[in-house]
Amino acid sequence: MTSKSSSNDPVGVIGAGSFGSVVANLLAHQRKVFLYARDPKVVDSIQQKRENRGHKLHENIIAVNDLSVVAGECNTLFPIVPSQHFRSMMKQLSPHLHPYHILIHGTKGFDITLPPDQTIESVTKLNRSQVKTISEVIMEESVAVRVGCLAGPNLSRELAAGQPAATVIASHFNEVINLGKRMLRNDHFQVYGNNDLVGVELAGVLKNIIAIAAGALSGMGFGENAKGLLISRGMVEMVYLGRALGGNTKAFLGVAGVGDLVTTCNSPLSRNFNVGFRLAKGETLKDILASTDEIAEGINTVHIAKKCADYYKVRAPITNTLYQVLFEDLTMTQALRYLMRYPLNTDIDFL
Amino acid sequence: MEVVEKKNKNKQYKPILEGIPDWPVYQLSKNRKEFLEEVSQKSISRIKELRPTPKQLLDELEATVYREQQRMKRNRWRVDPADEQQFWATIKEELLTLAAKTPEEAEPKAEEILKRIVLRYAEEIAGNFKASSYKVTREIVKFWFVRLLNGARVKKFGAFFRNRYTLRDKIHIVGKVKQLRKLATEGTVVMVPTHFSNLDSILIGWVIHSLGLPAFIYGAGLNLFNIKIFAYFMNSLGAYKVDRRKKNLPYLETLKLYSTLAIQKGAHSLFFPGGTRSRSGMIEKQLKLGLLNSTIEAQRNLYLETPPGDKVRKIFIVPVTLNYHFVLEGPDLIDDYLSIKGQDRYLPEQDKYGSWQLIQFLYKFFTKGSNISVSIGPGLDVMGNYVDEDGRSLDPQGRVIETRDYFVSNGKITIDKQREDEYTRMLSQKIVSEYHRINRVFASHLVAFVAFEMWQKKHAKLDLFGLLRLPEEDQVLSYEEFRETCKRVRKQIYKLKDHNKVYHATHLKGKIDLVIRHGLDNVGILHLKRPLLLNKEGNIITKDFNTLYYYHNRLTGYDLEKFI
Repeated sequence: MTSKSSSNDPVGVIGAGSFGSVVANLLAHQRKVFLYARDPKVVDSIQQKRENRGHKLHENIIAVNDLSVVAGECNTLFPIVPSQHFRSMMKQLSPHLHPYHILIHGTKGFDITLPPDQTIESVTKLNRSQVKTISEVIMEESVAVRVGCLAGPNLSRELAAGQPAATVIASHFNEVINLGKRMLRNDHFQVYGNNDLVGVELAGVLKNIIAIAAGALSGMGFGENAKGLLISRGMVEMVYLGRALGGNTKAFLGVAGVGDLVTTCNSPLSRNFNVGFRLAKGETLKDILASTDEIAEGINTVHIAKKCADYYKVRAPITNTLYQVLFEDLTMTQALRYLMRYPLNTDIDFL
Repeated sequence: MEVVEKKNKNKQYKPILEGIPDWPVYQLSKNRKEFLEEVSQKSISRIKELRPTPKQLLDELEATVYREQQRMKRNRWRVDPADEQQFWATIKEELLTLAAKTPEEAEPKAEEILKRIVLRYAEEIAGNFKASSYKVTREIVKFWFVRLLNGARVKKFGAFFRNRYTLRDKIHIVGKVKQLRKLATEGTVVMVPTHFSNLDSILIGWVIHSLGLPAFIYGAGLNLFNIKIFAYFMNSLGAYKVDRRKKNLPYLETLKLYSTLAIQKGAHSLFFPGGTRSRSGMIEKQLKLGLLNSTIEAQRNLYLETPPGDKVRKIFIVPVTLNYHFVLEGPDLIDDYLSIKGQDRYLPEQDKYGSWQLIQFLYKFFTKGSNISVSIGPGLDVMGNYVDEDGRSLDPQGRVIETRDYFVSNGKITIDKQREDEYTRMLSQKIVSEYHRINRVFASHLVAFVAFEMWQKKHAKLDLFGLLRLPEEDQVLSYEEFRETCKRVRKQIYKLKDHNKVYHATHLKGKIDLVIRHGLDNVGILHLKRPLLLNKEGNIITKDFNTLYYYHNRLTGYDLEKFI
């Protein structure tokens, strides 16, 4: 077993986004943290100002621009980069990885691989051989096998403020879970373990869809009844989609599922929520995307989940109507009207 | 009509180790006593780890006795030792006298009993490789096989003593032979073949010998030792015995340690990871993890225990598929499969084939044109990574990986059972996908698959059992339609081959009519009721739907159904 003395070994965080910076801070209480940023300017700015994306950074954090340094110095890495860039980042990181590396990612999104002549817009359906979870990307692209993910209701700003919160580390390996617990746990931060890696990843990803819908309800000025309806029906839809994609129902009932869902659906701080909110206020997706540099994973997730639902013939009304709002010309009001008339009559039929 | 395998090079391989005394298996049997002592020592400490308190140990022993006595009542075999009943009765009595004492007082005695049980199991499991008997067997097999082949094929007086045909004409070995031979000198090879027939063990034994490899140790089902001919072969080839009736902890641990330690000591090993013969005729999808786990454990121990500076002996996993036109037990296996498919009840292994049936089969096998091919897959390390000729592990991009690193946490090799269980699962998935990849499609597989799927498609509403009871008048397929479908599916098989997802026999190429003929002539060739044949009008019919289903299953798992 791992000895106590080595628990102060440096760890790496790959991706200096908002969540990446917060995780780096959480880790930095007891050890050196190498924080990798793709952009050399960000590295310089972190080293000079000791802050990034509005988060003050712990003095133990060293910003770097070289993946080989991160992989060379650290046995444990937390890659937290947007899903669209994840695979290309892994391709760069992979030559520096060894089977002893442990990777715990914090990205809630899907990866898709399409034939060169196709795009996400042009394909009509997607199946599981084209859609991968992030842990699967890590395993495909590198020799790392001890892989885990970090999921749960973790709004960056609340974590940064030291408010009580919890997270799940999911991995097939207890070793990874225990390591993650040891590194992240503190008085305000509770860490749970789960062995259903894919289930937890799916829960974290699919909840983004419902978060957009929740933002939309809020943008239309509706209250708590509507939200209760959305969360419960949204949950059912997540379970169905999740099962079709290879997860178990259980993971959806935990911190990464229902926990994360309730949080994001109630939080204007969440990017996905924000997208839905603005859509309901009448902005178009184009406007929204133009006005922010942060990536709302949910948009991509809706795109992919809708096409998976079509392939696996899963009933997913919320995802489908959101898809039409985002990428076709349905308005939020029309979408809501459609959903309220949708002939769903069984409450729970998945347990 | 016979389409000749063109690729068969008919090559003779020199032995990689000259004298039998150099063979690891010989070394093992020479030091048999010490080895068994070590196996039992380690098994006992493992069992005590798992059952740490005296109370738990006593419970375990009682459970073991109970199970053994139940087994003797229900399912006795010819190979079971004569003193078995008495042995367990004595143990039971001794345990009864302990019942009055506190667990702590009873502990020394309980340990003594455990030791006796474990030693008995170790003795039972252990193989008995004898160089002299190995040589004799080898020569007998070679001599008679060749005689049979020549006598039967060339129907002329005197043909009996000719050497025109050798076994190599019947059994084609394809794939990574050179690498396998190299790996066997670099490290320890664990060969993991698919399992369709009881004949597999003998076949593989022959393959190993004819590739010039030293004898491998087998984990052979104890039921095979019921058949005397098999028992003789197995014993002389270094087989150790696996009794699937015994599910108690002391037995399972002893068995596992036997194989782990043997591999660790460098004995090349062979086991069928599917556990038993594939009942359905499908390539195994679920493997038994216990023995695979022991390869990972052995590798970790080697990294842990090899003195610094010495080269660590690496373990290589080599998947092998055996491809037949015909499986003797096919009809019975599929019956078993179908009867358990609905209801999950216990199925005792029954072997209807005694020595005589086996000889008959062998005679038929040699007299009729039914070839077998053995595909040797590329070597893997215990993590399922491909290895190069020198045994170095490679990642998908071709970079060299240190296998040792998989066992390292924070710079040190650690023992983590849960981690290794997970590695075992990963390895088993890799082996399964390799099976599908190196599988060689025969014409007989193609025709069986196409015919069955066509019937299925015509009667889409019927479930499997309904389909198998299809009335006879519906069991006809027009030859034209059949021919076109075969062509389509064959094209798809070519495509899969281009993507390196399956192989096919050379005879699958060429005019489709000839290929279909070859397939029909060979599919289940020696069964009383042929699974597929032409009727008077030249259309396709079946005489045995179940068996057809069995041969069809060989090609499931490739998504070929879409092309029917």
